[in-house]
Amino acid sequence: MLKLEPRPEPSIIMSYASPLLAVALTLVSGYLLFSLLGKDPAQAFAVFFIKPVSTLYGLGELCLKATPLMLCALGLALGFRANVWNIGAEGQLTLGAIVGGGVALWLHDVQSAWLLLPLMLVAGALGGMAWAAIPAILRNRFHTNEILVSLMLVYVAKLLLSWLVHGPWRDPQGYNFPQSPMFHDAAMLPLLVEGVRTNIAFLIALVLAAVSWVFAEKTFAGFRFKVAGLAPAAASYAGFSEKRNVWLALMIGGGAAGLAGIAEVAGPIGQLQPSISPGYGFAAIIVAFVGRLHPFGVVLASLLMSLLYIGGETAQIQMALPAAITGVFQGMLLFYLLAADLFINFRLRWKTRPRGSAAAIPVVSKEAA
Amino acid sequence: MNAEQLIPILASTVGAATPLVYASLGELIVERAGVLNLGVEGMMLGGAIAGFAVTNQTGSLTLGFAAGMLAGMALALLFGFLTLTLQTNQVATGLALTLFGVGLSAFVGRNFVGTVVDGLKGISIPWLSDIPLIGPLLFRFDMLVYASLLLFIVMQWFLNRTRAGLLVRAVGESPQSAHAIGYPVILIRYLAVLFGGAMSGLAGAYLSQAITPMWVEGMTAGRGWIALALVVFATWKPWRVVLGAYLFGGVTILQLHAQGFGVRIPSEFLSMLPYIATIVVLVIICRDPKTILLNQPVSLGRRFHPDA
Repeated sequence: MLKLEPRPEPSIIMSYASPLLAVALTLVSGYLLFSLLGKDPAQAFAVFFIKPVSTLYGLGELCLKATPLMLCALGLALGFRANVWNIGAEGQLTLGAIVGGGVALWLHDVQSAWLLLPLMLVAGALGGMAWAAIPAILRNRFHTNEILVSLMLVYVAKLLLSWLVHGPWRDPQGYNFPQSPMFHDAAMLPLLVEGVRTNIAFLIALVLAAVSWVFAEKTFAGFRFKVAGLAPAAASYAGFSEKRNVWLALMIGGGAAGLAGIAEVAGPIGQLQPSISPGYGFAAIIVAFVGRLHPFGVVLASLLMSLLYIGGETAQIQMALPAAITGVFQGMLLFYLLAADLFINFRLRWKTRPRGSAAAIPVVSKEAA
Repeated sequence: MNAEQLIPILASTVGAATPLVYASLGELIVERAGVLNLGVEGMMLGGAIAGFAVTNQTGSLTLGFAAGMLAGMALALLFGFLTLTLQTNQVATGLALTLFGVGLSAFVGRNFVGTVVDGLKGISIPWLSDIPLIGPLLFRFDMLVYASLLLFIVMQWFLNRTRAGLLVRAVGESPQSAHAIGYPVILIRYLAVLFGGAMSGLAGAYLSQAITPMWVEGMTAGRGWIALALVVFATWKPWRVVLGAYLFGGVTILQLHAQGFGVRIPSEFLSMLPYIATIVVLVIICRDPKTILLNQPVSLGRRFHPDA
């Protein structure tokens, strides 16, 4: 019979192959799902995965949507490495948009982008950090679980944004729509290529990916993260402060998510609205795992996840497929990845049951007692 | 405020608390068996849409609630297969289950947006329901409110007085020892996870068929996470789960009524109250790490592989 057997050492090949296996299994499931919905799977695949990126504009959209995912996931991945489970990137992103957007609205007379944009980006990052500081302080000081606290704060942040755009920050000339005035040109992130919506935030995210690789692999703080995640007992024996790790992980995660938030409102959105993210902060959790918690893996995984978003939108318009299908694909991808990861530490072995002589000798098994 | 105003508020508090009672009692058993399933929110949404869809199609609330429980169990089975059989990380798998449940429920529910069903009504017990004050306060709820209290009593008895309950606790405290003396740890954990799924599914179905008899995407609005927080708040004891659920039900309802009392606070801030209350309560409970360490099942969240 087929039996799982622990490997003597984790398989390095499988740790790279399992994301690919997960993607393949997601595609197979997608094929079945499309067939079940009565759509031609080949056409659906073309619309979902190929059409969106067959033009320069489409590629730009891919990078545009990958930006917030990449930023959020880079921060989360570093934290997850150190066993700090920040699940509230969505809330930190929202706070980044609020604080950074607030700066844009407050300094609406400043016409110099050189002054205004850096201020907004810093404010956005600080906003995200402030929101992430709450679970950090509460965990370090009161031992509360950062998963629950950071998640509760997502709802609080969204309600805060909703209050602002319905109330004090509502555009007086906006025909009573719940949205802030549009940001003026100096407060908008410059585009990379004319006619494509990708902006400079994509480059910032790529640079941060490189920085985060250096941090994770080449610095002592990154090393402490790794030890804390892989061997918590060894980390405390070595005198690595858990509290410092929690702080650092949440500050990095919150700052990056806040940056993603301000990049969204100062980029494709251009103003504050009740909803500024279709769940990028949550999808980033998947991105972090699919990217193996590795900065470069995160870059690739965020492009893949972005393709799922854009493909979902295209499929919705062209094939009348429901928008929610994106969420189903995302969840499925993470399930398959977690399952495929089994083969990093285990292998399948075909075991024949002992016969003959084995039956004659009574075998004392663990279950016998 | 007089009694006439207070009674509907207290009565609706009970309604708001009931789904939390189901979901957290379910998760309590799961965690007592040493498994941390963070997918409660996803299972609740699965239960909410399955229950709603079935009731909408068949007109039978009973079938609807059964479907809600089955949907919760199906999602829990997926979680169990991944974490118990395939040994995946419980935190990551639970998060995946929530993300999947959110997407799947929105996907299944797309044709039900804007439709309604005839929701679960309170039963009127002859004579008892008519007693002034006490009648409306105690004897006009729907069946599932009473059933949730019965569930609490049964669970209290099960965990503390039965052999099976002892086994569940043993598996949560020391799966190695339970395995060594011949108990099927994985099977017991599967059963606990399935029970948790059924209860989360029922909680979701209660939302979409009793509290607001309609389907709205993401209608659990974080209640699954609040249920998880309640288990911590309750330090894994059923009676404190019920107490906590009723406290949270109260906060939720007060928030709805606050403006009626002339409280001049923007509605968004009032809506934040249940989430902020959750954080505050977590801080109060977790402040002393000993309370948590003494009560938390020792193997909570850890993998167990019989051969390893």
